[in-house]
Formats: sequence, structure tokens, C-alpha cells
Amino acid sequence: MIPEIGLFALIVAFSIALVQGVVPLVGAMRNDATLIALARPAAWAQLLFVSIAYAALTHAFIVHDFSVLYVSQHSNLVQPLIYRISGVWGSHEGSMLFWVLTLSLWTTAVAVFSRSLPEVLMARVLAVMGMISVGFYAFMLWTSNPFERRFPVPADGNALNPLLQDIGLAIHPPLLYMGYVGFSVAFAFAVAALLGGKLDATWARWSRPWTTVAWSFLTLGIAVGSWWAYNELGWGGWWFWDPVENASFMPWLVGTALIHSLASTEKRGVFKSWTVLLAILAFSMSLLGAFIVRSGVLVSVHAFATDPARGVFILVFLCIVIGSSLALYAWRSGAVISTGRFSWFSRETALLLNNVILLTATTAVFVGTMYPLLVDALGIGKISVGRPYFDTMFAIISMPLILLLGIGPVMRWKNDNSQRLIKQLSVIFVISLSVGIVLPFVIDGVLNIATGLGLAGALWIGLTTLQSLYQRMKTSARLPLSFVGMITAHLGMAMFVAGVTMVSSYHEEKDVRLEPGAVYELAGYEFKFIGVEKVSGENYSAEQGHLEVRDQGEKIADLYPQKRIYVAMGDPMPMTEASVDTSMMRDLYAAMGEPLGDTAWSLRLYYKPMIAWIWVGCLLMTMGGVLAVSDRRYRQKRA
Amino acid sequence: MSMNKRSKRKLLVVLVLLGVSLATVLALTAFEENMLYFYSPTMVKNGEAPSGRKFRVGGLVVADSVQRASETLWVKFDITDNAETMTVEYSGILPDLFREGQGIVAMGAFNEQNIFVADEVLAKHDENYMPPEVADALKAAEQQK
Repeated sequence: MIPEIGLFALIVAFSIALVQGVVPLVGAMRNDATLIALARPAAWAQLLFVSIAYAALTHAFIVHDFSVLYVSQHSNLVQPLIYRISGVWGSHEGSMLFWVLTLSLWTTAVAVFSRSLPEVLMARVLAVMGMISVGFYAFMLWTSNPFERRFPVPADGNALNPLLQDIGLAIHPPLLYMGYVGFSVAFAFAVAALLGGKLDATWARWSRPWTTVAWSFLTLGIAVGSWWAYNELGWGGWWFWDPVENASFMPWLVGTALIHSLASTEKRGVFKSWTVLLAILAFSMSLLGAFIVRSGVLVSVHAFATDPARGVFILVFLCIVIGSSLALYAWRSGAVISTGRFSWFSRETALLLNNVILLTATTAVFVGTMYPLLVDALGIGKISVGRPYFDTMFAIISMPLILLLGIGPVMRWKNDNSQRLIKQLSVIFVISLSVGIVLPFVIDGVLNIATGLGLAGALWIGLTTLQSLYQRMKTSARLPLSFVGMITAHLGMAMFVAGVTMVSSYHEEKDVRLEPGAVYELAGYEFKFIGVEKVSGENYSAEQGHLEVRDQGEKIADLYPQKRIYVAMGDPMPMTEASVDTSMMRDLYAAMGEPLGDTAWSLRLYYKPMIAWIWVGCLLMTMGGVLAVSDRRYRQKRA
Repeated sequence: MSMNKRSKRKLLVVLVLLGVSLATVLALTAFEENMLYFYSPTMVKNGEAPSGRKFRVGGLVVADSVQRASETLWVKFDITDNAETMTVEYSGILPDLFREGQGIVAMGAFNEQNIFVADEVLAKHDENYMPPEVADALKAAEQQK
């Protein structure tokens, strides 16, 4: 009965979304206050019903209602409660339900927090978001009903993929979805502004905090996903250029460009129509991500769904959304007048260059991700693009970006003096470059230019950012939170660059065969294999290895990697659970391979210098976003 | 040196075009070097696979074909698309779900002795999952019979 209530609530929510998507627009067109006023209550009603649907599916998971196909496919009697709750969004149908719930939450948040918006604009924004909801409800109801029943009812369900039974993966998709879907707010503001034909700088002020929040969620979501892959997959890497990773990275790159472009538009009234285009592009990338992940066209760890109807549906929806918004843009953007004037040597130009570089990076990822799909779709052959392509592209593209990141924030708006800037930055430039180049020599006695440039880049970003903080503190008594946010995020970027450079230059990894008692030395650390014992968890049994790690004779860590066998109906599923000893300067990492002979095992050992900086850097970027939206000027009422 | 609206827009267009074309050139070069083609055992037998260049092969691991060295991590196994069979050599740890009868994809190249040596072996983390390329290769081999 409860699953039927869930389905019914979903259909009601769909109908409300239709009303929300159409009526306020008609109202805005006819200037009918009654119709316009319908937008807010519709948003609330939609949230109520989609929440009921979501609660119904969660309930089915908790009480083991295996008559629901989705529940029986993705949970079983021995599954811990937390992974039954996270199982709701763990696979295709449920994740789509989670997507519409998130969209509805964002919509309601806009309705609540943007009270100062003109009613007509608010009506248009909510209507656009309603229409996006319509698309996703239709997708679920026609191709991916999470409440579908099965008969006969099985006594127990399938196992949730053991990879997904991890706290990192339980929280990674919700964060990512909050980010993806959050860009729909900037999109809705952009389309609403185009519809109204009024694109002034206040538009940027309204949509800026929303975009920053979405971007922060996306940053954190990607970081958690990367951290999860590192800890869980047992391959020791933090980024694989997997198409699904790229699917989340493309909206991030465009979103980053959008944040910076919004800053120019809000502060200086420039790049107005460019910013609108970026807002459309950022959400289009989110939808493209959904298409890539959900269409099953991919060779990927993540690609669960393989139903061509779904792919076609999302592709058509993608074309409608992108096509119509671009058409609207082409039609209306001519009316947008940029008022600000600036010289070529100004912060405006720096931010513009930032956008050009970030979009170049997006193009590089897009080509590498989509080209194999295109070739396959045309039946020419099956190809994949190797990781070195992406690595090379990003090594090249990030250099001008890093250089610019040091210059942009200390440049003045409108017009700056190159003499002044050279005077201010030349010392830092020389210090960063020389220290960066020398550091690799200090580390291992080898002069490595690529590593040196990477470290120089990290120093350059870090020092210039600190310098601009120092300057600002000299002149103003109180630092605005938005400024502190920018400083924090840029310092995060410096840490990220340092971490990436160090780990890619100096990591060591080795697959080895070890007998109990044997010692293997890696990067100066002695890994001693003590042996293996059997352990068991709530729904798995495991062989747990024990390694002692010594640094110059002194024991510094015990590692307990596991080879788990998940017991569930059907085949037992093996899973590698790596063991990591983390510190800021290095990670020591061990994963079990397989038993070789009577007592020996194959083991995978890694030394990862400063890899933690990558995730700490991402956390700082996220914090920077949170600080920026906490700025008081966004809380002031403005009409 | 302040710019008017039109020249600013021109600057924008030029910069974007420059960036995009630079990206395209870089991408195409790096692309050419890192493009990995997929071949089935049948295609490899027919001599379609390149020598001296990396590529990917895929198929089902043949039962009882897995041989291991006793003292190292060296392993050798056969894969098949149910029409032709080829041998893969690998040194390292195989993925969790590497099993006989399981569909796998290996990335590597022929060595001088004309043996396919893999530097990466992929099996997916799902017992029902079949890499799409392998599924297609099996279907193609089936149709040719």
C-alpha cells in the first residue's frame, strides 16, 4: 500500500510541477497577479508530495519490502540500516527520485530566501525550475518508476554492490546532486532574466550566492568521491579521468568560470550576456552529466543503467533544454547592454582570461569524453582515450591559469598600471620560481623541471594570495567575508596544486609477493608482512592481512588491509578494502591481492607523498565558497 | 586606453576563438597519441590489431587457462569471444572480479615475441556486468558463425 502512495504522490508532484511551470509564466505575460502568486504555493506543494514519495521509498527499504523491484534489486535482509537508507539513492531509479527531491528543495529555498525579488521575476524563476522538474518526473514515470512491484515476491533481495557500502559513497552522490541541481537556480535566473528582457547587475547579485552554494556542494562532492575512490578501489589513485568523473568535472569547470564571471557582472556591470551564456552552459553540463551517467553508454565503474529508452529520453530532454535556452539567448541577448568600461589591463580582463582558460579546459575534457561515444554511436569502432591525454592537456592548460591566479586578485578593476603590478609581484615571482625549481633537487638530488614548475606554481598562488590578504588588512579594518572566502579558496587551490605535483612526481607503488615475515622496502619505509587472519563483519567475511611499517627501525604504523567476501544471495562478491596510514606529509597504503601458494600473498604497496593536500585543498575551496555566501551584503534586503 | 563596447566584444570573441582553437590543436595531437582502439580475439587473429602500439582486447577468460608463476606475480591466461582465443600475459595483481568465465578487458601491446602483454586488466565490480565491448564482440563472433 505504501509504495502505491509513493507512486501516487509522485504523480501528484508531477502535476503540480506542470502547473508551477506554466501558470506563473502566463501570469507574468498577462501581468495577472493571481496567476503570478501561484508560483510559491506550487513550489511548496511540490516539495510536500515529492517528500512523501521519497519517504515511501525509504520506508520500503527500511522494512525490507521486496515486493518493490528496486528495493529487492538493491538491498537484502543482512544489509545494515545506514546502507539501506543510502541505498535509496544508490542506483538509477532512486537516484532520479533523489534528483527531483533536491530540485524541489532548491526551488523552495529560492521561494523562501529571495523574498526581496520582484514578484514577476520570482514567478519566472520558479516556473523555469518547475519545467525542469516536469522533465525529470516524466523521465521517472515513463522509464524509471522506483515503485514498480514484482511478483512473486522474493524472500530476500540482491546485494547492494559492496563498493557502495561505504560511508564515503553514501554521502558522495547527495553532495554531487546538490551541486548539479543547484546550477539549475543560476540557469533559472538567467532564463527568467532573458524572458523579462531585463539583465541588469542586480540579476548577478541575486544569482551569485546560489551559484556559489551549488559550486561549494559540487566541489565537496567531487572531493569526497575522489577520496572514496582512493580509499576504496584499492588502486591508490585519486582521479582516473573516468567518463563519470569527467561528467562531474565539466560542470565544475564551467561553474568556476561562472562564479568569476558573476563577480565581474555584479561589481562592474560587464560581461552581462556572457555570464548568462555561462549560466546556461553550467546547467547544460549538469544535464550532460546526467545523460552520461544514466544512459549506460559508458564503459565505466559507475554505469549501472543500461536501458536505451532512458538514454534517448535524457538526450531529447537535454536537446530541448539546451536548444530552447540558447534560442532564447540568441533572440534576447541583443537587448543586453554592458555598461562598464575597462581597459585591457584590468581585473576585468584577468577574469575574462580566467573564463577563456576554464572553458578551454572544459573543451579538452568534453572532447576526450564525448569523442569515443560519438565514434561508437556512428559504428566506426570502439576507442577510448587514455589517461595521458588528459594529464598532458591539464599540465599545459593549468600553467597560464596558475600564473593568472596570482595576478588577477591583486589587479585593480577598470584600469591598472603595469609598472605598479610588476613592482608588486616581481619579488614573489622570482622567489616562487627559484624555490620551486630548486626544491626537487633538495628532495631527491634530481633537477626536475616539470615538478619544479608545479611547486613554483603552488608557491606563486600561495604567496600572492597571502600578499593580497596582507595589503587588504593594512587598508581596511574589517575584511568582508566574501574577500576572506576568495582568499581561502585560492589558498586551497595552492595546496591542491602542491599535492598533485608532489604525488604525481614522487609516489611509489609496487605489487609484491610476500611470505609472512618478509620485508619489502618502499621509499625508505620497511613494510613487514606479519600474516593473515580471518575476520568477519555484519555481512561479510574477510582475510585480514597485517603489515608493520618501520621508518629507520622505528615502528610507525600497523596496516590491516582486507580481502572481503560479501555474503548475499547468489555469488559471493570479493572486495578489496585498503588500509591507509594518513598524515599531512605522506600516506602509506596497502591493499591485498590474492593468496599465492600456501602462505604467501600478493600485496599492493604505495607511498603517496602529500596526497592529503589534494583533499584539504578541496575542503578549503569549499569553505571559501561557504564564507563568500555568508557575506552580509547578500542578507540585505534589496528590491 | 578605455575600450568601447564593440571592441570589448571583439576582444571577447577573439579570446574565446583563440582558446578554443588552441585547445582543439592540443587535443588532436594528444588525442592521436592516446587513442586506444578495441579489438576482439577474432580481429586480433585476423591481423587487424596494430603492432608497436597499445590497444585494448576483451573477452571471456577461458576455463583452466590461468597459469601463475610460483615466485613472482606473473600470470598468463586465455580470453575468447567464443570464436577465436588469444593469450594474455600480465605481471601484477588481478582485479577482485577476475575469474574464469568472466568478461574482462586488457590494455597492452604485443612484445617482440608477438605475445600480448597487458599493463592493465579490468574486470567490473558487478557479477552480472559484462563490459559492453566484450558483449558486442561476443555477438559479432556469434553472427559470423
